Amino acid sequence: MSAEELKQLKPGQSPHEPEKATLEGKNKFLGFWFFLGGETVLFASLFGTYLALKDSNLDGKPAEELFGLELVFIMTMILLTSSLTSVYAIYHMKNLDFQKMQLWMGITVLLGLSFLGLEIFEFYEYVHHDGHTFTSSAFGSAFYTLVGFHGAHVAFGLLWIVTLMVRNARRGLNLYNAPKYYVASLYWHFIDVVWVFIFTVVYLMGKVG
Amino acid sequence: MSTAYAQKNGFFAGLWDYLTTVDHKKIAILYLIAGGFFFLVGGIEAMLIRIQLIQPDNEFVSAGLYNQLLTMHGTTMIFLAAMPLIFTLMNIAVPLQIGARDVAFPFLNSLGFWLFFFGGVLLNCSWFMGGAPDAGWTAYAPLSTTSPGHGVDFYVMGLQISGAGTLIGGINFLVTIINMRAPGMTYMRMPLFTWSSLVTSVLILFAFPALTVGLFLMMFDRLFGANFFDPSMGGNHVIWEHLFWIFGHPEVYILVLPLFGLFSDIISTFSKKRLFGYSAMVFATVLIGFLGFMVWAHHMFTTGLGPVANSIFAIATMAIAVPTGIKIFNWLFTMWGGSIRMTVPMLWTVAFIPSFTLGGFGGVMLAAAAADYQYHDTYFVVAHFHYVIVGGVVFGLFAGLTYWWPKMFGTMLNEKMGKLAFWPFFFGFHLTFFIQHFLGLMGMPRRYWKFQPDQGLEIGNLVSTLGAFLMAIGTIIFLINVVITTIKGEKVSGDPWDARTLEWSIPSPPPFYNFTQTPLVRGLDALWVEKRHGNGKMTPAEPLGDIHMPNNSFIPFMMSLGLFIAGFGFIYQVDNSSYLILAVLGMAITLLSMFVRSVKDDLGYHIHKEDLEKGAGSE
Ligand code: HEM
Ligand SMILES: [Cu+2]
Repeated sequence: MSAEELKQLKPGQSPHEPEKATLEGKNKFLGFWFFLGGETVLFASLFGTYLALKDSNLDGKPAEELFGLELVFIMTMILLTSSLTSVYAIYHMKNLDFQKMQLWMGITVLLGLSFLGLEIFEFYEYVHHDGHTFTSSAFGSAFYTLVGFHGAHVAFGLLWIVTLMVRNARRGLNLYNAPKYYVASLYWHFIDVVWVFIFTVVYLMGKVG
Repeated sequence: MSTAYAQKNGFFAGLWDYLTTVDHKKIAILYLIAGGFFFLVGGIEAMLIRIQLIQPDNEFVSAGLYNQLLTMHGTTMIFLAAMPLIFTLMNIAVPLQIGARDVAFPFLNSLGFWLFFFGGVLLNCSWFMGGAPDAGWTAYAPLSTTSPGHGVDFYVMGLQISGAGTLIGGINFLVTIINMRAPGMTYMRMPLFTWSSLVTSVLILFAFPALTVGLFLMMFDRLFGANFFDPSMGGNHVIWEHLFWIFGHPEVYILVLPLFGLFSDIISTFSKKRLFGYSAMVFATVLIGFLGFMVWAHHMFTTGLGPVANSIFAIATMAIAVPTGIKIFNWLFTMWGGSIRMTVPMLWTVAFIPSFTLGGFGGVMLAAAAADYQYHDTYFVVAHFHYVIVGGVVFGLFAGLTYWWPKMFGTMLNEKMGKLAFWPFFFGFHLTFFIQHFLGLMGMPRRYWKFQPDQGLEIGNLVSTLGAFLMAIGTIIFLINVVITTIKGEKVSGDPWDARTLEWSIPSPPPFYNFTQTPLVRGLDALWVEKRHGNGKMTPAEPLGDIHMPNNSFIPFMMSLGLFIAGFGFIYQVDNSSYLILAVLGMAITLLSMFVRSVKDDLGYHIHKEDLEKGAGSE
């Protein structure tokens, strides 16, 4: 099995689902889904905490004054698009077309980076113009913890995908790294879904009051 | 790589082997050693608590130290003793019971152990670094958030690290049980221990992240100036209670369900009967796991959630008694008419049934929300949870360790001494805790350092402490038994109990690849089927061939060590920000190890067919 796993796969060859062609791949696939289940509880707990504390802004600005929807809307679009580009990447993986997969993964990374940049800019504005900080009120703590946990997930995902891309750039796709790419893309979708909830619960509902 | 599985000798080679092992059987032994050690530490803490309470107005330990002992006793016993010892049993038995060569993620198995280990060591470092946590194992805010010193910080960081290990372990066993079963091992043929391990793993997966979040919030409050639990800054400490118990109640079932499974296996083995109501047992296990998530607020009846919430949670809680009752009756019916052998594992099991049932009665009483206003935070609660945890979990651990000892070590614990350990422990247990129900009903609050004379509490407390000494004696006899057995080292066969499930179809201890050929399972109690209808041996499901094995790795150790170092950094950066260097250094070690893991291919190696024929790895 082992040496076989490292054989480079080329377009037109089988298997069609290289991520699940080995037992290791199947295990990874299933294990990662379970991991995402645990992550769901993690974020659910954070959302619950946020909902309990979102009106505890003390003297600070309340959510509807603080948030502007333009920037977060752009961020949402960027992250949604990045989910789409990672789908393209996996589509090409299933066709065993490594170069195209790398390309689309690369675009995903760029989009992720710009999302992260905008988020940092957003936080910077809150802290320096609105006096909305991690320690200013329970609202501040809950906000930065929830959104920051998501941001940290994005950052980790970027590091992960870049590591994968660099590590495998020369040797191409094989049965050993296909599951790794696949679960990385799953992770990326998960981050995206969480963001949709953040956009709705934190920003939209924050604006409505 | 034909020399990879050659025997290496010498102490350091052996140590290195254990530091890097990914073999589930060796990891089981690691869990046993570490969990056993923490069990003794927690036991000593318990004895000190009971000595303090032997008479009214005692001055044996100071009030502050008492709080630390109490907190560390509970925390240690739950997270560092019971959990790892359960992982001992799961590691030794689950892969063998389903006919697998190892778990799905051997690397993660090792990582889970080292995370637990370093988390536990970090937590206990607090004793030597200014004082242990002192806000109870439940660490309610604001008591915990305002506790001076670093004790509670150690609680937060230690549990965070070891909790991550547990979560990883849970995912690993889930995938193992779903993906790695031998041909013919359908779900409804799995031994009950494997079933309950599966359900437990699901509970771990969905319960631990709530604790993770709770601990993060507390860490942010204590170490980074956040305000989650500080009402003066708009915070709300009830959030902690919710998060803690959303984790905490499933946790008590995480603890007891695997032992439920084990008792089922033991009862059926030593009654020489198929388990009565197998599918009902499976169903009840799943149902308990499911309901376990719906009842957390029964720990918060007096918090003030209101009568509607209290009623709902009271009814949901009482409902759990139904599937639990199903199990009790099925165990009784399995024994009924069986040819029972009162071996040591069976003795613990038989003792478990009434003991645990009493604990369940206490639980249903507590679940009556209105009455709980009277019981809450009294010794009645202490009596209840010790009845279920000692009577269920600890009895089960003794039973399970005795039962699988031959599988782990190839030698058998002495039966006579096993019984000698059982009796003092059993009587000591009931002496200690039965009377605590009444102390509680008389109004003695839990977690108090002293009680007053002339309130009728003297006798009860004295009896309770004497009982605790009996339990200690039982434990010591068990340990002596371990030592003597190990020194004698008499080898036993692969199937010393004349048992029914797959793990007994291979030698004790098994070769490191477990099954030379994957077995074909032809029914429930796979080995028993062959004993009855075949030649007593498993039929192989595959021809003899090369076996693929995972490589050892030192990375799990390094990853966990990094977090351990970072833990100190996070704790002490409040005093002096230059400690942040430690945090950065630790995180760097961890991330770098992850990076190495990610870029270095780890393909494992093969044991060749020819070597298997020559008997590689078997002793
Ligand atoms: C029929 C099943 C059970 C019922 C109805 C039940 C009910 C309860 C209730 C209502 C409480 C809260 C009492 C209070 O604080 O006032 C409680 C506490 C507790 N129960 Fe149970 N329980 C059951 C089974 C178990 C099992 C199986 C375990 C563990 C293996 C367990 C472990 C605990 C622990 C550790 C506490 C106390 C936690 C603390 O405050 O430190 N229970 N139980
Ligand atoms: Cu509970």
